[in-house]
Amino acid sequence: MSTSFHPNEVQRRGRIASGLVALTMFVLVSAFFRTQVLRNAQYTLESEQNRLREVPLPAPRGIIYDRTGQIIAENLPGYTVSLLAPGVDSLRAALRRLSGTIPLTAPQMDLAVRRFRRAPNRPAVILADASFDVVSVLEEHRIEFPGLIIQASPKRYYPDGAAVASFVGYTGEITEAELTRDAFRGYKAGQQVGKGGLEKQYEAQLRGREGTRFVEVDARGRVVREAGARADIPPERAAVLRTNIDLDLQRFIVGLFGDSLQGGVVALDPKTGAVIALHSAPAYDPNRFTGGIPADYWKALNTDPRRPLYNKVLQGRYEPGSTFKLATASIALERKVATLDDRMPTPCSGGYQFGNRYFRCWEHKGHGSLTMREAIAVSCDVYFYQLGLKIGIERLVAGGVSLKFLDRTGIDLPEESPSQFPYAVEYYNKRYGPRGWSNAVVLNLSIGQGENSQTVLNMARFYTALATDGREAQPSIMQRPVKRDSIMSLTPDQLVALRDAMVGVTQAGGSAASAAIQGVRLAGKTGTAQNSQDPKRDHAWFVGMAPAEQPKVVVAVMLEFGGHGTRAARIASKIIEHFLKVKAAPVPVTEAGT
Amino acid sequence: MIGRTLADRPLAALAVLLTVFGIIVVYSAGQTDVIVPVVARAWQRQLGWFLIATLSALLASRASVRVLEWSAWPVYLGGLLLLSVTLVFGSGAGTAASQKGWLTIAGVRLGQPSELAKIFVVLMLARVLAARREAPTSLIDLWQPALVAFAPWALIMLQPDLGTGIVFIGIFFCMLFWSGVKWPLLVLAGSPGISLILAFSTGVWGVWFVALVALVIWYRPYLWEGVAVVVANVVAGVIAPILWDRLHPYQQRRLLVFLDPQSDPRASGYHVIQSQVAIGSGGWLGKGYLDGSQKRLAFLPAQHTDFIFSVVGEELGFMGVSIALGLFLWLFLRTVRVAQRANDQFSSLVAFGLGAGWFVHVIVNVGMTLNLMPITGIPLPFFSYGGSFLLSCWLAVGILLRVSSEGRGRAGTFAM
Repeated sequence: MSTSFHPNEVQRRGRIASGLVALTMFVLVSAFFRTQVLRNAQYTLESEQNRLREVPLPAPRGIIYDRTGQIIAENLPGYTVSLLAPGVDSLRAALRRLSGTIPLTAPQMDLAVRRFRRAPNRPAVILADASFDVVSVLEEHRIEFPGLIIQASPKRYYPDGAAVASFVGYTGEITEAELTRDAFRGYKAGQQVGKGGLEKQYEAQLRGREGTRFVEVDARGRVVREAGARADIPPERAAVLRTNIDLDLQRFIVGLFGDSLQGGVVALDPKTGAVIALHSAPAYDPNRFTGGIPADYWKALNTDPRRPLYNKVLQGRYEPGSTFKLATASIALERKVATLDDRMPTPCSGGYQFGNRYFRCWEHKGHGSLTMREAIAVSCDVYFYQLGLKIGIERLVAGGVSLKFLDRTGIDLPEESPSQFPYAVEYYNKRYGPRGWSNAVVLNLSIGQGENSQTVLNMARFYTALATDGREAQPSIMQRPVKRDSIMSLTPDQLVALRDAMVGVTQAGGSAASAAIQGVRLAGKTGTAQNSQDPKRDHAWFVGMAPAEQPKVVVAVMLEFGGHGTRAARIASKIIEHFLKVKAAPVPVTEAGT
Repeated sequence: MIGRTLADRPLAALAVLLTVFGIIVVYSAGQTDVIVPVVARAWQRQLGWFLIATLSALLASRASVRVLEWSAWPVYLGGLLLLSVTLVFGSGAGTAASQKGWLTIAGVRLGQPSELAKIFVVLMLARVLAARREAPTSLIDLWQPALVAFAPWALIMLQPDLGTGIVFIGIFFCMLFWSGVKWPLLVLAGSPGISLILAFSTGVWGVWFVALVALVIWYRPYLWEGVAVVVANVVAGVIAPILWDRLHPYQQRRLLVFLDPQSDPRASGYHVIQSQVAIGSGGWLGKGYLDGSQKRLAFLPAQHTDFIFSVVGEELGFMGVSIALGLFLWLFLRTVRVAQRANDQFSSLVAFGLGAGWFVHVIVNVGMTLNLMPITGIPLPFFSYGGSFLLSCWLAVGILLRVSSEGRGRAGTFAM
């Protein structure tokens, strides 16, 4: 008998062996405890990421209404077609196979691959706005494309199309550049966002909250379960947006412009700043922007010399011309340089000699001796040259600044450009050198020429002060708290007198006599702005208000290449007439059968 | 007769429990969203193999230990022949398609001889070690058992099947320990292998080398032995990079991935990462039987064979893992008990060797699912789908039952 197999030895080795085995198993169990219990959350997450793919459920964007409850922007049922793929190669292969079933262009495929690279765990959108025909074809062939996701997704629709484009803007897929910005934190690739106008301005309210549907995929990226893998997160519909726009007036204005006229119009409620209508002609069709702008349409818009994408109310800046004479007049009255009944030393003989230069009046025959009242009605340049000289450049520039001719109005639209006006006399020194300019600039400035270019909206804003008690109203598309600031300290009598003088414009002998409205006292001012691009084709201005006693509406019209301001006045008069007579008149109640 | 065979009821019950547990999990492994017919039907074949295996175990348990001892030589030589034949006619299968592990005749895969080789090596080692009056005390004394283990090991490494090779080494050292070899000698004998592994880092190898020299001085083997051990370690450290270059690329990747699975998460590291995700996401109670998403959606590789324990972890959670490992622990302790109570040295060594084989399998396989061990592709006893291996496990159960029934009520009184 060997000593190494002595019972005691065997017992000892048995104990050692048992101990080592138990210890090893204990270490194993501990390792499992660490993995399964202590690190459970991390691995559960990884396992969920393995099997679940998030299919976004787009939230319907908020509906935009006009002041009467008519729909400006809504959502129509639409479909997006997207593909889930485990990698770029398999995505390309699937796209190639897909192109045998539905028409797919090479750029569309490349775009889908780019979208996939941005967010590999989300389905790559192939068709953002698939037609019903394409969807039904795909549904038939569904079994051949295991990663195919067809998702109902509401698409933006503007029933009035181009008629509302000037203020509503449009929507489109968020760009890669936008995704990196703080303003778009929380957005995901493929989402639709507002790209202009109200859609952009009120994106936060309009977007709603995207929901998520979870589909289950296997290791090869095949969709195994379309629904029920995890409870869906339903999308949240956005709040509605109520605007001050009057769609009927807006449509009327668009009709007036037709296809031939080009320019901008804005109608404001002078007491609240409510934007009743805003149109820039020609406009684009925002419905065609939904789900990707067709390349040819985008090219046509960008090459059109009439610049449909350029908002002529908000972005376009034009010399205000004679519409600025009311600013000159109100500055003169405010600084007590002249009264409404004062005459200037030199009567109008068709021009004015200043130094070695001769400044013409638009009326070559001359107006003779005029009061300020009369000078406003006939828009006499010679009168305002002299009034400007009496005010002096310092006070004229300062007055223009306090009337906010170098500001934005603060309208709730993202496109607005600031108007341009000398910030002080220093401006001329900087621009031309201290000796490079003469007092002649004050002559130009006083009749709205020279270093002065205004947006249509800013002129309308200025006239809201004239239309009320000297307080301007901040233009608002949305129904939001009224913001009014006093910009001129004129007495009520002076304001009434200025409006009366403007009524003269549209009466016999006035510069826009043909714009008169039967039974309504229309006050306003024409303007003819020199066009830097084409000296033969002036821009036509008219800013007016009615009824003159207590204006309910201020309308600014600017016709590019429109010639004399009278043409703009006739358009404005029709708009005001429509608004006051058709809209404001109580609807006659007729009983059935009578 | 059966009554006598089942004298050790706990041992038989444990083996049955583990196999049934295994078949239940093999069934679940086949329940995937995209059905793979071969895997989905694996549980039926496994059930069939269970029947064959238990019958074989009953047969084995009828052979007295003396018959086994007598047949050790012929069985061993026959086994070596079978392994050699496999090298010539063998073919690969499944996840080990490049290995020649299957004995294939006329295109029919008959089985994996290396699984049965574990048993005949245990028998042969037991016979060689039991023939000695004293436990080996010097390295030269180890030449016989070393040769017995080396011959089949070399044939298996030629397939090449690294995993099974590791099991052989494990069995060899465990049986040396059980035969009474002192632990310093075991360390000295194993030191060149350890040097080989540690040579990936010069610093680590240096520390090991210093410790080894200290051990040599303290244990005081024969001078030439001490010199041989030191030289062997130096040589191992030097040739390690050369051997590394000779490894198959897939073997290199597996070892690299073991050190850092994230080094190749989409390819070589994929299996072990997905296995950990499956197990980790199981939590306390698991995702529910049949409901493991990693398994169901095919993220888990070889879920019915090598990675079957990941299915246990995912679907039955820490609770299921603890039960399974608890059953294994009980089986091992029971096996040690059988070895302790065996009638003679041979029986005792056979029992311990068979248990050691299972133990190494469990540690390597289960450790692999958590990346505690490199991926070597060896199956989990009683659980993994596979006929030869289940048969081999149950033959071992049969032998153990026999040893147990011949053993005394209490350990310690050998009748030599």
